[in-house]
Amino acid sequence: MAGEALALAAVLFALGLVGLLVRRNLIFVLLSLEVMLNAAGLAFVAAGARWGQPDGQVTFLFILAIAAAEVAVGLALVLRLQTAFRSLDPDAASRLGG
Amino acid sequence: MIALFRLTARVAVVATALAVSRRHAVHALLYLVVSLLAVAFSFFLLGAPFAAALEVIIYAGAIMVLFVFVVMMLGLGPGARPEEPRHPDRWLGPALLGAVLLGELVYVLTLGPRSVEIAAEVGPKAVGTALWGPYLLGVELVGLLLLAGLVGAYHLVRRPPGKEKT
Amino acid sequence: MLDLLWLVPVLPLAGFLALTFAGRRLAKPAVTAIGVGSVGLSSLVAGAVAAAFLGHMPPGGVHRQILWRWFDVAGLRPEISLHLDALSLVMILVVTGVGFLIHLYSAQFMEEDADFARFFASMNLFVAMMLVLVLAGDLLLLYLGWEGVGLCSFLLIGFWYGEPANVLAARKAFVVTRVGDVAMAIGLFILVDRLGTLDLQAVVARAEAQWAPGSAAVVAVAALLLGGAVGKSAQLPLQTWLPDAMAGPTPVSALIHAATMVTAGVYLVARTGGLFELAPSIRTAVAVIGTATLLLAAGAALVQRDIKRILAYSTISQLGYMFLGLGVGSASAAIFHLVTHAFFKALLFLGAGAVIYACHHEHDIFRLGGLRRSLPTVTWTFVAGAAALAGFPLVTAGFYSKDLVLWRAFAGGHFLLWGAGLLGAFVTALYSFRLVFVVFWGETGTEAGARPGWRMTVPLTILAALSLVGGWLGLPAVLEPVLGAAEEMAEPHGTELLLQVLAGVVSLGGIALAWALYGRPGRHGDPVADALGPVGRWWRAGWGFDALYDRLFVRPYDAVARALEKDPVDRLPAAAAGLARGFHRALALTQNGRLRWYALSLAAGATFALYLVLTL
Repeated sequence: MAGEALALAAVLFALGLVGLLVRRNLIFVLLSLEVMLNAAGLAFVAAGARWGQPDGQVTFLFILAIAAAEVAVGLALVLRLQTAFRSLDPDAASRLGG
Repeated sequence: MIALFRLTARVAVVATALAVSRRHAVHALLYLVVSLLAVAFSFFLLGAPFAAALEVIIYAGAIMVLFVFVVMMLGLGPGARPEEPRHPDRWLGPALLGAVLLGELVYVLTLGPRSVEIAAEVGPKAVGTALWGPYLLGVELVGLLLLAGLVGAYHLVRRPPGKEKT
Repeated sequence: MLDLLWLVPVLPLAGFLALTFAGRRLAKPAVTAIGVGSVGLSSLVAGAVAAAFLGHMPPGGVHRQILWRWFDVAGLRPEISLHLDALSLVMILVVTGVGFLIHLYSAQFMEEDADFARFFASMNLFVAMMLVLVLAGDLLLLYLGWEGVGLCSFLLIGFWYGEPANVLAARKAFVVTRVGDVAMAIGLFILVDRLGTLDLQAVVARAEAQWAPGSAAVVAVAALLLGGAVGKSAQLPLQTWLPDAMAGPTPVSALIHAATMVTAGVYLVARTGGLFELAPSIRTAVAVIGTATLLLAAGAALVQRDIKRILAYSTISQLGYMFLGLGVGSASAAIFHLVTHAFFKALLFLGAGAVIYACHHEHDIFRLGGLRRSLPTVTWTFVAGAAALAGFPLVTAGFYSKDLVLWRAFAGGHFLLWGAGLLGAFVTALYSFRLVFVVFWGETGTEAGARPGWRMTVPLTILAALSLVGGWLGLPAVLEPVLGAAEEMAEPHGTELLLQVLAGVVSLGGIALAWALYGRPGRHGDPVADALGPVGRWWRAGWGFDALYDRLFVRPYDAVARALEKDPVDRLPAAAAGLARGFHRALALTQNGRLRWYALSLAAGATFALYLVLTL
C-alpha cells in the first residue's frame, strides 16, 4: 500500500506542477503549490508508515508549517500585486527582467 | 482495505485535477478541499491518524479559509465579477466527489476501526515524542519560520503610513 | 659625552615635530625660539661631542652608537646606528653650525611671512635629515636621510607655492634628483644581494674581500652610487635642477648650497671611497665629471644676470672641484673644500639675501649697484665671501682648499684636469668679482630700503670670519686617517709652492680683469656677455641643457603620454569585456522577469537532473 501511496503522491505532485506552470492566475499558482507541498507530505507519511516510524509524520508537520507560512506570505503578496497592477497575472509584474 | 485506499486515491486525483483546472477560484478551492480531505483519509489508512487530523484542521481548515478570505477580498475590488448563477454544474462535481468520500468515511465508521485493516498505526504519542526529542531543533526553526511568515505577511499588507485607504 | 651623539639629529627633528603640530598656535617669538633654538642646541651638542671625540679619540677613530635594530628580514639586519668618525664629525659641525647661522638669519629674513612656522618646521627637518644622512652607520639609514633631504628640498623650493613657477622648480628638483636616487637605490640593492649587508664598515670590508679591483660588480655599484651623488650634488648631467632651485626663499638656497643637500653627494662618494678605490675607471669618471661640470658651470655663471643664479652656478662649479678632488683620490681635499665652501657660499647667499631683502626683491644685478655706501656690513662680508670663492691668495679659506684640490690633481699626474681646474679658477675669480663690482660699486641702482638687523648681520660676520680663517684649520690632517692619506708626493715641495703661486696669480688676474671690465666708472651693459654674443646667450641658458632635456625626454614623454591618452593597449581587455557583454546579453534574455518562465525552467532542470539520475 505504501507503494500505491507514493504513486498517488507522484500523481498529485505532477498535477500541481502542471497547474503551477499552466495557470495565469496567481491564486491558482499558489493553490497548485499547496497541492505539490501536500503531495510531498503524503510521500513522507507513506514512507514513515512503510517503516512504522514517526519521522515521516514529523516531516509532514514541518511541511505543514512551511505551507502555512508560505501561503500567508504568498497571499499577502497577491493582495499587494492586485493593488499595484490591478491584475493577478504574475507576468504583469515582470519589471525585474534582466 | 486496499480497495478503499484506491478509491480514495482516485477521488483525490480527480478532485485535484479539477481544482487546478477550474476557471473560478471558489470552485477550485472547493475541489481542493475535497482533495485534501481525501488525502487526509489516505493518511488515516496509512496508519497516521495524527497527520490525518492535522491535514483536515490546518490544510483543509486554516489554509483554505485563508484562500477563501483572499478571494473574497479580491472579489470586492473594482472589476469584480458579478455573482455567478447557481447552476448545477458549478457545484455538482465537488458534491459528487464529497459524497464518495463521505461514503468511504461512513463505511469505515460503521465498521469500526478494529475491523478495517489499516497499516500499523503510528500514533500521536510517538509523533510527539519524536518531535520533542530528536527534532527539537527543527521545531524551533519551524516556530521561527512561522513567526517570520506572520511578520512578513503583516508587513506586506500594511498600508504605508500616512496614506489613507484607497 | 659621546653618548649624547643621538641628540644631534633628534633635536632638530623634535623642533620639526613641535612646529608641525603646534606651529600655528604659537606666537612668532616662540616659533623662532624653537626653530632656531633646536638647531642651536644641536650645534652646541655637536661641539661638545667634537671636543670629547678629539680630546679622547676612541679606538680606531670610530665611535658607533647603535640605537636599535631596524628590522631583520631575509638575512638583512640594518641597524639604526650612528657612526662618528672624523668625516662625520666635520660634517655635523658644518651642518649644525652653518645651519644654525642660517636659521638665525632666517628669523629676520622671513619675519613678514605668513607661513613662518611651516618654514622653520621644514628647515628643521632639512637639518635633521642631513644629520641622519651624515651620521648614519648603515647605508639604508643614509638612504633615509638622503630621501628626506630630497623631500625637504621639494618642500622648501616650493615654499611659496602660490607661484606656479616655484612649484615647477620644486618638482624639477625632486624629479631630477630622483633620477640619481633610483640609480643609488639600485646600487644599494646590488650591495644587499651580493654582500648581504649595508653596514658602512662591513660593506667596504666585504667588498675588498669578495671583489677583485675592477670587477664588473664593483664597477656597477660604484657607477650607480655615483649616479646618486651626481643627482644630489648637481653635477653633469643632472645639474639642471639647481639653478631653478633659486625659487625658494634665499635662506633655503643658503641651506641647500652650503650645509645640506648638495654636499650629500660629495659625502657619499667620500664615505664609500673604499668601493670607488676598487673601481678605478669610475673614480676617473668622477674626476672627469667634476672637471667638466666646473668648467661648464663657471662659464654659465659668467653671463648670468640674476644674483642668485650666479651663485647657483658657482655652487655647481665648486662642487665640480670637490668631485675632482674625490676623483683624483684625495677625499680629504674634497671635504676640506666642502667645508670652506659651506662657509663662503652660505655667506654669499645670506649676503645676496640681505641685498634682496633691502632692495625690494630685486634680483637683476644690473639694476642694483652702488650698494657699498648704503649696506657697508653686507658689502664687506660679501667681498670676503667672494674673495674666498675666487681663491684670493693667502687670506681666504677658499684659496687653501681649492689649491689643495688642484695640487692633488697635479701630483696625481692628471695634468689636463689640473689645467682645466686652473682655468676654472680664473673664470671663478672673474665672475665672482663681476658680481661684487656690479652690485656694490658703480652707480646707485635700486635704493636700499629695509636695513638688515643684528640677526642678519651677526651670521654674516661670523661666516665672513670663517671664510677668511677657515683655511688655516688643519682639516686634511684630521680627515686623512679616515679617508686614506694621499699617495706619497712624488713632486718635491718646491713644485707645490710654485703651483700655489701660480694659482694665486690666476685668481688675482681674474679679479683684475673683473675690475677692468666692470669696476671702472662709466661702464655700460655687460662687456663679457656682449663680447660672447650668441655664445653668451647659450651659456646663460645653462648650455642649453634644459632645452636638450626637453627635446630628449620631456617631449617624447609627452608624445607617448598623448598617444596613451586614448588607451590603445586597452583594446584587448575591451574586446574581452565586449565578449563578456555579449554573453551577458544572451543570458539576460532568459532573465525576463516572468515568474512562470522561471518556474518552468526550474521544473525542466529538475526533470533533466532526475532523468540523469535514473539513466546513469
